[in-house]
Amino acid sequence: MANLNNGVESNVTQTQPLWLLAEITYRCPLHCAFCYNPTDYADYTKNELSTDQWIKVLRDARKMGALQLGISGGEPLLRDDIEDIVVEANSLGYYSNLITSGVGLTEKRIDAFKAGGLDHIQLSMHDITEEISNFVTDTSTFKLKQKVAAMIKDRGYPMVLNVVIHRYNIGHIKEILEMAEALGADYVELANTQYYGWSLINRNQLMPTKEQIDEAEKITNEFREYIGNKMKIFFVVPDYYAERPKKCMNGWGEVFMIVTANGDVLPCHSARVLPDMNFPNVQNNNLNEIWYDSSSFNKYRGDEWMKEPCRSCSEKENDLGGCRCQAFLLSGDAEAADPICTKSPHRHLIDQALEDSKNEKLQAQPIIFRTDKNSKELINGEHKDRLKDFKAMP
Amino acid sequence: MTQKINNADVYKIAAHHRFQWEEAQNCYVILFPEGMVKLNPSGGEILSLVNGENAVADIISSLNEKFKDAGDISNDIISMFEFALEKAWITKI
Repeated sequence: MANLNNGVESNVTQTQPLWLLAEITYRCPLHCAFCYNPTDYADYTKNELSTDQWIKVLRDARKMGALQLGISGGEPLLRDDIEDIVVEANSLGYYSNLITSGVGLTEKRIDAFKAGGLDHIQLSMHDITEEISNFVTDTSTFKLKQKVAAMIKDRGYPMVLNVVIHRYNIGHIKEILEMAEALGADYVELANTQYYGWSLINRNQLMPTKEQIDEAEKITNEFREYIGNKMKIFFVVPDYYAERPKKCMNGWGEVFMIVTANGDVLPCHSARVLPDMNFPNVQNNNLNEIWYDSSSFNKYRGDEWMKEPCRSCSEKENDLGGCRCQAFLLSGDAEAADPICTKSPHRHLIDQALEDSKNEKLQAQPIIFRTDKNSKELINGEHKDRLKDFKAMP
Repeated sequence: MTQKINNADVYKIAAHHRFQWEEAQNCYVILFPEGMVKLNPSGGEILSLVNGENAVADIISSLNEKFKDAGDISNDIISMFEFALEKAWITKI
């Protein structure tokens, strides 16, 4: 499909919400330093959608072609209706995934999920050491996670481990992979921290060096050779050290649809940071209209919105200009090229961030953990020094 | 590394994978943790016969019969099996 735009042909691709992410609650018993949830989540913890409202979302999205369902949060297990949602997802033909910290996953609940047809469980792990695992989550959950991993395996689920990588655990990649092998993991996602939400305000404390990333990737590749098809390992490269941005969400409003705890519908996790946007809510709008007709979903589809240097760039199809949220948070211009790109006039902001992350004084600042208290303090204008480099609350 | 496909082999859809027809997409899909693949019509047609009972030879003769006008498509079918095996979508019984 081609649109005419001042005589310039631009691409508008076929869009279909293949992936539905249900961020079913922002409540969470963990307080991870790198959480990508919005730092102002405390404003959205009330007015969670009811079970019936979630079931309607599932039905409507399925009609539109959604296939992969992520049940996420916060910690989804803080809600007691996940069992009902799983049953509905299964009857609708979703391939469903519970994305959990493991806290709250009891024998009784996992049996109910198995009987209800949940397809897999993605468990977050943090390190091989109890000390670091407990430190970055600001909880004592290390032993519990080990137990939960065994329970997932025992029920015959594919074992999908997600490990967010940052300065505190990047030196343990080999040991983390060995732990995954010992737990019988089928899939391991080594997800280098992406700097949004809480991880952005803790960027100086979390960012590893280029040398550490290269070493981690090398170790991962060696481990892949050794383990073969038995365990699939994904190494999500961090964009700050790249020269071109990522094709964020595989394109704005292309294949991902996120419904948040209170029913707002977003094209990506952090879209609320963008200015002049009014994201529709499933309580007032029809999901089909939200996806196809709302101004927010159409705003950054295709490439009509682009400015230079993206507009005439020969590589624009590869990354669609990168991430709108990152562009706005760092440069103040939501239509600018993602500052990751070395062609961006704002690339110096990324280079400065990389310099700052080597500054021992900045590294030594205390981590602001993801807690209700800290979220409220940030909303109330405290910790200003930690927000000064950003054009909105991440 | 391409594994050799024998006529007598019997395959099934791999554990933790689901193969289904999608009305909204108008195609077969294969679903697995963290991913999905939309299959083209011939790939979908072939995998729809992979059920843990049909041998490769049965699938070849059945599809050659169904698509007579296309000539002998045996090699295309074998290639699809090799591809699906390499992707770990199917496993040998």
